[in-house]
Amino acid sequence: MDRYWLVAASFCFLLSFGHTLYALGAGKFRPARFNLAAMLAGFGFATVFLVQRGQVVRACPITNLFEVLVFLSWSIVLIYLLVGPAYRLSLMGAFTAPLVLALMLFALIAPIDAAPKLQPPNPWVEFHAALSIIAYGAFGLACIAGVMFLVQERQLKLHRVSDLLYNLPPISDLSVANGRLLITGFALLTIAFAAGIIAGLPVHSIKSITSGVIWLVYGAIIVLRHRGLLAAHRIAMLSVAVFIVALVTLPAIQHLSVPPNL
Amino acid sequence: MNILCAGINHHIAPVELRERFSVHNHEVGDVLDRIRTIDGLHEAVVVSTCNRVEFYAASICPARALDGVRAFLHERTGIEAPVYHHGTPQSVRHLFRVASGLDSMVLGETEILGQVKKAYATAAGLGATSRTLNRLFQNAFRVAKSVRTDTQITRGATSVGAVAVELAGKIFGGLQNRRVMILGAGETSELTARHLVARGVKTVIVSNRTYDRAAALAAEIGGMAIHFDHWHREFDDIDILISSTGAPHTILSREKLEPLMRRRSARPLFVIDLAVPRDVDPAVNHVEGVFLYDIDSLQEIARHSLSVRQQEVEQCERIIDTHVTSFITWLGRGGHTVSP
Repeated sequence: MDRYWLVAASFCFLLSFGHTLYALGAGKFRPARFNLAAMLAGFGFATVFLVQRGQVVRACPITNLFEVLVFLSWSIVLIYLLVGPAYRLSLMGAFTAPLVLALMLFALIAPIDAAPKLQPPNPWVEFHAALSIIAYGAFGLACIAGVMFLVQERQLKLHRVSDLLYNLPPISDLSVANGRLLITGFALLTIAFAAGIIAGLPVHSIKSITSGVIWLVYGAIIVLRHRGLLAAHRIAMLSVAVFIVALVTLPAIQHLSVPPNL
Repeated sequence: MNILCAGINHHIAPVELRERFSVHNHEVGDVLDRIRTIDGLHEAVVVSTCNRVEFYAASICPARALDGVRAFLHERTGIEAPVYHHGTPQSVRHLFRVASGLDSMVLGETEILGQVKKAYATAAGLGATSRTLNRLFQNAFRVAKSVRTDTQITRGATSVGAVAVELAGKIFGGLQNRRVMILGAGETSELTARHLVARGVKTVIVSNRTYDRAAALAAEIGGMAIHFDHWHREFDDIDILISSTGAPHTILSREKLEPLMRRRSARPLFVIDLAVPRDVDPAVNHVEGVFLYDIDSLQEIARHSLSVRQQEVEQCERIIDTHVTSFITWLGRGGHTVSP
């Protein structure tokens, strides 16, 4: 039954995305409240799902890949709601909605909602897992900022005058947002790793090693960016590429991880 | 009660004529006082900009009021000018079109709205307006806002300088701390630089083969002149390069730029090549972080914006029609009462 909340949330994200596409196509796009309202409603429905599922599993609802994907989607929207309006990044919601929608639809359609393996709750493990996924939410939004940067940069390079050019934020603003989101994600992931070590999670597991490699790659990007050794274009490309790799490897890592599935 | 509009604008009068009719800020009070002595004329607003001088009045006898305005203009300028005039409802429509930028030289420009607002505020402050013109001008501001919000009439820039500023905004966001270098002190580059300075650029470096010309331009726009042989020394710190030298060959190639870009800590560079023949090798646009626009591409964007704006006129007129009808209904209902 709780999946209906996800269907409702997906519908809201679809509505937000569809409305933006229509508005852009008709040349009527304005940074309106509609998109924000749709995203907020979608976030609300996803929150209700997570709360209900949490009550069922009596833990943070990230006990299988299905829940992890939903939690990741929820985290991306959470970071968007915190960052998007604050930086006045027009159209970020329009770019966020399809990613979140795709994740949720995959979660709903794929047979990945396995019965949870109930384990005695360990607050440090739950904190580690939840914070890790929220960190990936920040990386997801950095990926979106990266995509927006690449789209806007391409328009400027090719001298394309379109609604997108006028409505997307300046590339400098996108570059700054991209950098800050990478730092936010990296900081959260670092804290999550520390929590994992305190919780006594195995360090030499495939999951830990993969996560460590991703942490190192993001760290390297941040250092190179800070030193001005990587152009904004390459940072945007890397933000997109690394997040996609992390997303694609997530099911494998989840599959390989030993109980608890965190 | 009728609304009368009379005046001259860029459609019918050249600047030599318009300037004789212009009403300076310090004259507005006297002009309004004089206009309001015209028999049957109760309220008045004068809108005086570089492209128009228009008098709006509320009158129970528009024909007499028009004669009075004409006589006043003749007395003031000493010439018979081709003054146009509109009565209700054309005068209402005309004001709404003016405030919305549809009657401007540059279609959809927004500066006029500020000018109309200022003209109304001045007249209202001097007690020259009452219920009818207050309502009319408030409606005009609402119409202008609606036209601007609900259509694309203000979309894009329509001059080379304005396009350059718009693109700079899309690359850098705010221009406040950006540094601009002008290579070759030509007229278009000067105009473009002025646009950028008007948008907040603080530092402008001017380099010209003739140093005196560079120094003169730098002094005019508050910049700094450097010798032409030294321009590349300042290159690391600039964000926008405007080039319009008379060189017969390119002065900036990809091979020359790439090592310079490596020294810039990944900061983007906006290159505006206004020269013909071009100063900058087109391959420069392929360098990471470099955005190159030549005169043709800037003009093409300006043309495109103008075309988008022209396509929006019909929708703007529909919005204006609705508001004109609404205002005329209010006027016809006797929403106004004449003060004794």
